[in-house]
Amino acid sequence: MQKLIINGQEHELDVPDDMPLLWALRDVMGLTGTKYGCGIAQCGVCTVHLDGHAVRSCVLPVSAVAGRKVTTIEAIGEQPIGQAVQKAWLEHEVVQCGYCQSGQIMSAVALLQEHPKANDEQIVNAMSGNLCRCATYTRVRAAIKSVSQA
Amino acid sequence: MSDSAQSAATVSRRGLLKGGALLGGLVISTWLPPLMSRGFAADAIQPARLGDGAEKGYGAFVRIDHAGQVTVISPKIEMGQGVQTGIAMMVAEELEVPLSQVTIAEAPPNAALYTDTLLQFQATGGSSSTRYTWEPLRKAGAGARIVLTQAAAMRWKVAPSQCHAENGRIIGPNGQSAGYGELVDAAAALPLPTDIPLKAIADFKLLGTPAPRLDTPNKVNGRAQYTIDLQIPDMLIASSLTCPVHGGKLRSVNDEAARKVPGVRDVIRLSNAVAVTASNFWACQQALKALEIEWDLGPHAGANSAQLDKALLDASAKDGVFAHQSGDIAAVLKSAPSHFEAVYEQPFLSHSPLEPMSCVAHVRADACELWVGCQAPGFAQMGAAKVCGMPVEKVVIHNQLIGGGFGRRLESDFIFQAVDIARQVSYPIKLIWSREEDMTHDLYRPHYVDRINAALDKNLRPIGWEHRIAGASVIAAYLGQLPASGVDGDAVEVAIDPIYTLPHLQVRYIRQDPDAIAVSWWRGVGPLRSTYAVESFIDELAHNAKADPVEYRLGLMQSQPRAQAVLKKAAELADWNTPLPAGHGRGVAVSAVFGSFVATVVELEKQGDKGLRIKRLITVVDCGFVNNPTSVASQMEGGTLFGLSAALFNEILVEQGQVQQTNFHTYRQIRMSDAPPVEVHLMPSLESPGGVGETGAVPAAAALVNALHAASGVRERRLPLSRFGYFTV
Repeated sequence: MQKLIINGQEHELDVPDDMPLLWALRDVMGLTGTKYGCGIAQCGVCTVHLDGHAVRSCVLPVSAVAGRKVTTIEAIGEQPIGQAVQKAWLEHEVVQCGYCQSGQIMSAVALLQEHPKANDEQIVNAMSGNLCRCATYTRVRAAIKSVSQA
Repeated sequence: MSDSAQSAATVSRRGLLKGGALLGGLVISTWLPPLMSRGFAADAIQPARLGDGAEKGYGAFVRIDHAGQVTVISPKIEMGQGVQTGIAMMVAEELEVPLSQVTIAEAPPNAALYTDTLLQFQATGGSSSTRYTWEPLRKAGAGARIVLTQAAAMRWKVAPSQCHAENGRIIGPNGQSAGYGELVDAAAALPLPTDIPLKAIADFKLLGTPAPRLDTPNKVNGRAQYTIDLQIPDMLIASSLTCPVHGGKLRSVNDEAARKVPGVRDVIRLSNAVAVTASNFWACQQALKALEIEWDLGPHAGANSAQLDKALLDASAKDGVFAHQSGDIAAVLKSAPSHFEAVYEQPFLSHSPLEPMSCVAHVRADACELWVGCQAPGFAQMGAAKVCGMPVEKVVIHNQLIGGGFGRRLESDFIFQAVDIARQVSYPIKLIWSREEDMTHDLYRPHYVDRINAALDKNLRPIGWEHRIAGASVIAAYLGQLPASGVDGDAVEVAIDPIYTLPHLQVRYIRQDPDAIAVSWWRGVGPLRSTYAVESFIDELAHNAKADPVEYRLGLMQSQPRAQAVLKKAAELADWNTPLPAGHGRGVAVSAVFGSFVATVVELEKQGDKGLRIKRLITVVDCGFVNNPTSVASQMEGGTLFGLSAALFNEILVEQGQVQQTNFHTYRQIRMSDAPPVEVHLMPSLESPGGVGETGAVPAAAALVNALHAASGVRERRLPLSRFGYFTV
């Protein structure tokens, strides 16, 4: 049994220790907003928050997050910065296919929580681990800047 | 291109998919109906909601329910290009409803109703979506408005001409007002008019505005569901390992250890693969790792990239078949003061959309039901029927949002595998390929060699050239065979119809299929490849002539006012005539395909021997009337970077018959740190809309390579640049 705190609620999951958090979220809990892209922490579409920091859930065993706070895209809108980022994403029409955008948003929110006034360099550093095959980077940047400069 | 790129592109696309001679493989004649104008079918509105079993008139494009809510049935799948919002805008404009009153439903496979008359089958691709839907979807909205108006006029006993439509209601001469939902039953009984006038562009209220996308709100909160996210009752997850060599087979498998992995239900043997079903994807992966598989690697087990490269290069010197012949290039090459030849090479490429291939399949005794995001649902349906041995009408496809297509989901191989697994179990399955399976079992953009030999006048301007294109035929791979001419119309597009005036032009196509590697459509298709070669070549000619690359091009494209205009605008925005410091350079490329005209400028700085710092990216597009400026700008921004990504980093290589690139660590994609924001400019235009989904990607590679030359004097002719040690800084 793994004790997980997901989006503020405690859950006990009967999954192996080494199951990556991603699959516990998606296939056991049905939280499919967090995506699978590469399985080796190369693309960032599986990004969630662990105690407020952006982590790649595809390589994070559930045993490593026991008792720690996990936040996923499904609940990020409950946080003020999360809500601001989601709004900025729509205002800037960032999204194309959208598959990577859960991860982009989770990385952006973690950045802005740590650096509310994030500059260009901080944005590039924080976001370059998130691939977008539609290459929406131009608008990802603009949306984050609109929040950091607000 | 003689008249406009739009008509040329239209004709060539029709030409390439037309005619019984092409039919083979999965394609049977019902999938290539004669050119038809009935996309807007007899029953454009129905008083029923979708899913209520109202079979009659299921087709067509517009439905209105009793609450007045409008459903637009989209013949085009949403994969990020914003097309469904664009289609909804076309209907809403003519129907006089706010966009908020419109929802989208996916069209089922139905060739009679949803055949794209440009592509000649029901599919999303070829940058055809807006071009094809532009008339029938507006007519669907206008036709519905006309019968709703007639129904209101009958109710109020006035003439239809005394009524008008406004904001989802019909308004009568004495202030009467009725919502569409109240009128829809009476309207549905009326015959549709045969003559449906459309609004003039000047009268548009919604089209041409940056209306917010309908699909995006659920894509920022995790609610949007792609195929990979679907959950249906009693479903298990499936994942598979397919023979690592194309064409190989499964010989035997020991699954004793795999079956002991907790959560595993079944191990399924397929002719060329093994699949595992389990309660979750992680268990599937653990079980697949535990399998002891013996493959029959088949005839391509020894194939490698060096052999394939050599065979293709050798082929490029052969004569092949004529794709175009005007003037007398052989004579001119002999008599001209000088000539210049160059050979360009472009590699195999994977699509690698971030959502890996996935398909939910449920095969029951009497039906096969599929939930899958696919670009060609008709082909998927037909092939699935074959796999499960059922009549085509027993296969139901629920099309889904696509997490990246780029051409990959025009193919249905993964869907057929899902059906093959599902027919052997009693429960529904969701097949998910691992990234490694996805990347190593793609159908790749072919490797091509372009060989161009120009005859030059005394001013070193081309009088004409001979262009040889050697590579696999994607059309033959997709449709079974080529027409009798032996010309792959996709491979030679742009080359046979360049924007430059060339009195003497000869284009030969040399088909060289790499049997060891499956090939297919890739964003930008043939024009992307040809444009790289032609736009690199023209740049080389300009530099040889010591001419400015922009001026040199303009001097050769006098019959192309729209291409000239985008080139001039891009040069202006890029400060083309402002000198740059040593080690910096600007490169330009122009394209005129899919009914749109694009010029892209790349400005970069070379740092050290191989470091490239991209400083500016400017893309100017004239795609005719701009349906939704935000969607068009997004496509150009993303397309430009998509093209650069491949040109900088991507190449699929094969050793021992096996693809060597397995994940994003060995098949690197462009990241935010690699490139600055793309500066896009949209040219105002009242021409019919052109395509934009592929267009942005087309000129990017040539602009990059031309910029590298301008910065360093080094001309790279083979892609990707990373092959020669270049990296971004």
